[in-house]
Amino acid sequence: MLYISRWKALAILLTAFVVCLFAVPNFFPESTVASWPKWAQRHIVLGLDLQGGSHILLEVDTAAVRKEKLEQLKDDARRVLREVRPPIRFAPPAVRGNIVEVRLLENADPQAALAKLRELSQPIGGLLGGAGQRSLEIVNVGGGLIQLSLTEPAIRERITQAVQQSIEIVRRRVDELGTVEPLIQRQGEDKVLVQVPGLQDPTRLKELLGKTAKLEFRMVDTSMTVEQALAERPPPDSEILYGTAKEGKHPYLIKKQVLVSGAELTDAQPGFEQRTNEPIVQFVFNSSGARKFGQATIENVGRLFAIVLDNEVISAPVIREPITGGRGQISGNFTVESANDLAILLRAGALPAPLTIIEQRVVGAGLGQDSIEQGRRASYFGSALVVVFMLVTYGIFGIFANIAVAVNVGMIFGILSMLNATLTLPGIIGIVLTVGIAVDSNVLIYERIREEVRHGRSAITAIDAGFTRALATILDSNITTFIAAAVLFLFGTGPVRGFAVTLGIGILTTVFTAFTLTRLIAAWWVRWTRPQRLAIS
Amino acid sequence: MRVHSSIPLLRIVPDDTKFDFMRFRRISFPMSAILSIAAILLFFFHGLNFGIDFIGGSLIEVRTVNGPADLAKMRAALSGLGLGDVQLQQFGGPTDVLIRVAQQPGGEVAQQQAIAKVRQALGNEVEYRREEVVGPRISTELLAGSTIGLVVAIFAILIYLWFRFEWQFALGAMIANVHDLVLTIGYMSLTQIDFDLSSIAALLTILGYSLNDTVVIYDRIREMLRRYKRMPMPELLNISVNSTLSRSIITHVTVTLALLALLLFGGHAIHSFTATMIFGVVLVGTYTSVFIAAPILIYLGVGTTRMGEDAAEKS
Repeated sequence: MLYISRWKALAILLTAFVVCLFAVPNFFPESTVASWPKWAQRHIVLGLDLQGGSHILLEVDTAAVRKEKLEQLKDDARRVLREVRPPIRFAPPAVRGNIVEVRLLENADPQAALAKLRELSQPIGGLLGGAGQRSLEIVNVGGGLIQLSLTEPAIRERITQAVQQSIEIVRRRVDELGTVEPLIQRQGEDKVLVQVPGLQDPTRLKELLGKTAKLEFRMVDTSMTVEQALAERPPPDSEILYGTAKEGKHPYLIKKQVLVSGAELTDAQPGFEQRTNEPIVQFVFNSSGARKFGQATIENVGRLFAIVLDNEVISAPVIREPITGGRGQISGNFTVESANDLAILLRAGALPAPLTIIEQRVVGAGLGQDSIEQGRRASYFGSALVVVFMLVTYGIFGIFANIAVAVNVGMIFGILSMLNATLTLPGIIGIVLTVGIAVDSNVLIYERIREEVRHGRSAITAIDAGFTRALATILDSNITTFIAAAVLFLFGTGPVRGFAVTLGIGILTTVFTAFTLTRLIAAWWVRWTRPQRLAIS
Repeated sequence: MRVHSSIPLLRIVPDDTKFDFMRFRRISFPMSAILSIAAILLFFFHGLNFGIDFIGGSLIEVRTVNGPADLAKMRAALSGLGLGDVQLQQFGGPTDVLIRVAQQPGGEVAQQQAIAKVRQALGNEVEYRREEVVGPRISTELLAGSTIGLVVAIFAILIYLWFRFEWQFALGAMIANVHDLVLTIGYMSLTQIDFDLSSIAALLTILGYSLNDTVVIYDRIREMLRRYKRMPMPELLNISVNSTLSRSIITHVTVTLALLALLLFGGHAIHSFTATMIFGVVLVGTYTSVFIAAPILIYLGVGTTRMGEDAAEKS
């Protein structure tokens, strides 16, 4: 156990040294490190709790995704039934709960309708998807009634898509804020995590994320007055929408058909109306959007159309002349800032479903700085206490233990840097606790050696036996703590995860140094001093 | 060359202690049973002081810009907002105030509106140091996730110990360490210390540390069982505990020193975490390994068949 070949010793020292070396970039300012080779630039990232910033967890409204998908299915069903030849008569399909119901009239042959509806059902996940999984379930109830429902995999696929699209759009919106290194990632099934370091007032960010930004150009329905529609009921292809809070939530009767949507915009910029100097948003359609919009304005000169954003009527101007150039502008009681925000939202695109903020944690830079200071003081003081205690208890062996602990901490920082890991306040606690654990492995070894000495062994055989027996114990006892850390990593979130990371890495380095470095030092010491008798304290 | 191999400076535990730990089980077992029941009763009837991580709501830490905080004035400003239960608490220095706003009825959006109102009421006289809003959905998820995490950890460790030792050891360690967790939860209920995500981290770490200690003793017991085939169990356990006593104590001193530094200098944010750890690791964990984990092996039937069974074998 005590004989370690020269090559092995070199490998041990080299490993420890190189790992520690990775911690070096953390001690230099970022500007200096930037000129180093790429592999040497990896460094520890301070968590939001230490550098300040905003952590916002958003939830994608999956109920809205389901609903939209059902509405779309309803429209598709109507479309394909019209294509049935010879034509059949049917009542307009309706959404009932999670089902779209189609009722054929006048004893129409259901087979032709079913064949057409089945074309709507797509295989899930492309060619490689699960065998036989399709997007629709079609039940012929009889009596002309056909029920369509979305299969669970189809809905899940749509939700996954919606979350991915949301992430993309959230990223575009956050990028507009011009912040440094925002982190945007999916969390769980239907959540999106946004972390913006340094952002201390997330009000504007929340405003940008809180809007779906679904822009639609629709016609105002003038077949009856709004008052009539409110009193009775609106025509089937129209609905009542309200104006913005600023203009007193005025009701409008708006056709459901969308002439052009925000998806067909290529650009949007804030600007000013030349005559009134009022803030506006100017936009440009893509070619198909420009064609549709031009066609609609040609057909409807003199009528009212509505600009609807997130089911709210921003403005409802009269079409004075055909707009065929593909350019337009929106005015609607904007301030400079709200015009700017709307332009950002329109450029970034609409979210597939609304996002709700379900968790928000903001730390100011002042608190972060204080936490770093406190963490630093606690670790210095804690380490000093442990170092002195070990010296007093074990003398020269205490020095060995302290060397092992120092290498341990160095290696933890090195590994954290290699992983580009995030250091949080609980993470600092984990490092301080590791100092305690690392010492423990040395204590186990030394106490075991002392016992062997008491049983009458000579110095060298005692050290040898002590290591052999203690190492098995060290492995067993550390694995249990490691399991706890691993579970904490899997189930924990945020800063607590940082604790699990440092604790886990600390256990690995502890076991490494106990098996290699501590042994190597002891071997050298034995060879150097050739002790006859041994008295560890 | 003859070198002084080491300088004996401080001996915390004398060599060759011969405490009869096993006899103490007649006191320690009933005592632990009573304390555990008390802890469970506390948990059910006194409850834990759940933080916003688990029950939702908002938490704002502010620092007044001009002089010490006037809690009464701030309370008056906030109580008129109609946000239900609003708690203010001095947090650290005289300028630091922690404001807790209870979970608002009306889902996720209502929480956001509440915090906006608080910001408006406090205006620019304070610096916002921390602002946390946890909605009802996520708090339920966090609580469920944490509970599952604890249970998974316990079973993962149980399975590991079962592989490494005999099943009696695994079971004994589990009983001992669930006992630790129960007592710690009782302590948290009694002191009404904040119970949040970091408390779960504390509980898991206590579990890990306490098992670490137990495993060291069990390791020794297993070794002794192999070496002394005919020694009666209580004696064997006593020798095992005594021979690892010095290590147990020294290790706990170092961990305590590290924790003490964290408690004294780590600031308010980690205060509840370290306080819980000190109770769990230092007070309970040490006691459990020696007085519960080791003697329980007698009841679990380790070594009952050893007498005479393999008399021919000698170590």
